[in-house]
Amino acid sequence: MSGVDFGHRVAIIRGRGMSLRIHRRAVLVSLLFAVATVAVSLVTLATGDFELGLDRVIGALLGRETGIVHLVVMEWRMPRVVAAIVFGAALAVSGAIFQSITRNPLGSPDVMGFSTGAYTGALVAIVFGGGSFVVTATGSLVGGLLTAALVYLFAYRRGVQGFRLIIVGIGIGAMLESVNSWLILRSKLEVVRTAAIWGAGSLGGVRWEQVLPAIIVVVALLCFGIAAARRLSAMELGDDAASALGVNVNRSRLLLVLLGVSLTALVTAVTGPIVFLALAAPQIARRLSRSSGVALLPSAAIGAFLLAACDLVGQRLFAPLAIPVGIITVTVGGAYLVWLLVHEIRRTV
Amino acid sequence: MTRRLLGLLAALVALTVVVVASIAVGTRFIEPSVVINALLGETRGEEAIIVHSLRIPRTVLGIVAGVALGVAGALIQALTRNPLADSGILGVNAGATFAVAIGVSVFGIGSITGYLWFAFVGALLVTVAVYVIGSAGRRSADPITLTLAGVAIAAVLSGVTTAMTLINPRAFDELRNWEVGSVAGRDLGITATIAPFVVVGVIIAVVVARSLNSIALGDDLAVALGTRVGLVRVAVVIAVTLLAGSATAAAGPILFLGLVIPHIARWIVGPEQRWILAYTIVLSPLLLLLSDLIGRVIIRPGEMPVGIVMAFVGAPVLIFLVRRRKASSL
Repeated sequence: MSGVDFGHRVAIIRGRGMSLRIHRRAVLVSLLFAVATVAVSLVTLATGDFELGLDRVIGALLGRETGIVHLVVMEWRMPRVVAAIVFGAALAVSGAIFQSITRNPLGSPDVMGFSTGAYTGALVAIVFGGGSFVVTATGSLVGGLLTAALVYLFAYRRGVQGFRLIIVGIGIGAMLESVNSWLILRSKLEVVRTAAIWGAGSLGGVRWEQVLPAIIVVVALLCFGIAAARRLSAMELGDDAASALGVNVNRSRLLLVLLGVSLTALVTAVTGPIVFLALAAPQIARRLSRSSGVALLPSAAIGAFLLAACDLVGQRLFAPLAIPVGIITVTVGGAYLVWLLVHEIRRTV
Repeated sequence: MTRRLLGLLAALVALTVVVVASIAVGTRFIEPSVVINALLGETRGEEAIIVHSLRIPRTVLGIVAGVALGVAGALIQALTRNPLADSGILGVNAGATFAVAIGVSVFGIGSITGYLWFAFVGALLVTVAVYVIGSAGRRSADPITLTLAGVAIAAVLSGVTTAMTLINPRAFDELRNWEVGSVAGRDLGITATIAPFVVVGVIIAVVVARSLNSIALGDDLAVALGTRVGLVRVAVVIAVTLLAGSATAAAGPILFLGLVIPHIARWIVGPEQRWILAYTIVLSPLLLLLSDLIGRVIIRPGEMPVGIVMAFVGAPVLIFLVRRRKASSL
């Protein structure tokens, strides 16, 4: 072991030509939440209008069941569960990236006006385009990406500085927010309620052919994001220090913004904006793993767990009435963050 | 010093012009001479009645709510040292909206006067909760914990509010109107109800402005300079609650103002809190009334609520300014 005190316990694995420093508590937190996610997913697969025993669910997973059980578990419930896990991780990582780039606990893809833009796109699609799944998804994707591009362009002036990005994002986001309010005020109540349910963020009714492409791309992007973690921790030291450490700050920032926005864009297109997760998961991860900066892996694990668990709660709480998962995420994630804050303060006093 | 003073005077003149225009312009245009006569006490004639019963209440509320939201924003940004902060950070908007949603769906209330107290009490209770959690176990809250506590509680409440509105269509319909924020259709009685709270809030702001200068340097330095940090924090939270709570109760959540104006003021006058405050007090009603004015003429004979227009007036200015010069974060 090295004599350097990193402030937390670190295990070092050395191989030929490479060495790996592992932040033990972060890994432990990630593992714990991964296990919890699997447990929650199994319960989700087993419950619903058609109740199943755990043995039959596991049987279906191993391919031993046929007929109705196979259909319910693998075709109806599985896409939703997988989507919750992958999308939860994606939103959390995207939030972690943005909090790190802007060095602000309120930073999230929303500071780029992203979710607002996606909502605008979806609203236009629903109000003027009928609002089928494909139309809405395309609308939100186009709206979100256009907004993010616009914010980046307006903030660009010999590079992009975190603070300018935030202010421009707030400005453009506020204008789009107004457009949204106006569309909601002017449209028929039924149309608007459809839009509001989309706007709350829901995993209801997703099928394999809808989510599979998104899931594959998101997993690829996630791997890329974890690989960029070192740059992130360098950039948290500030632009000058990061440059001194050999990180090309402007290029890295563009790369990371692109990554974060694409992750959120894909998820939002399928589910609608699930806003709060990106803000809460990195903060919870940071507190549980007691790391000084963003912790991507624990964030991803916690994000996956939160979305999977919240979706289960949303389905069961007022069954048969399903609550959009976005509402549960906001409520549960917020409450947990409050508890964590109080607990943390008690501990430090 | 003189440049700042001249700028402030220019802003005051602009505000006066906008106030007169706000009384003269609307679905029906009223001659400035008639406006001035009506202001001087003329009450006969159809146009004078319009001025007294519609335009003046609206303009007065615009001024009061504008000052309240702007000052609340300036205070909270200085206190949390976070450029993203506005009064929403303390849960004011979420608390007010939540309370109104309960008022509509549980008690069946459907008038602006009825919402007033629900919104005010909601904002008050939630801010207290945020402060208590943000400072749990300590003598005073530290800014980051306060910010996170506010965001977290606001999130919980907004989640519950959304769920309530999705279940109850009538509440949804009422709230989509209230949530936008508007100064139209409120009589002078509403403004008179909130005015005392706003006055107290502004007085507190003026008193603590000097101390906020030293808090900007960081808590440790502020203590070393003799500032009673804990006391100032409590005072600021009280002021923000009164200001933003009463403005939101009267006009609905008008979001953009408290965030933008303090930034613009800071870029004009630098980091001195007393000047920021002075500029904020003049510029905030200016932006609010101007936006309200534009909202009245842009889709005649209809009207666009001020909450919607404001972003389109303020955001381009904000973006232009942040690109133009070395805009400081705080």
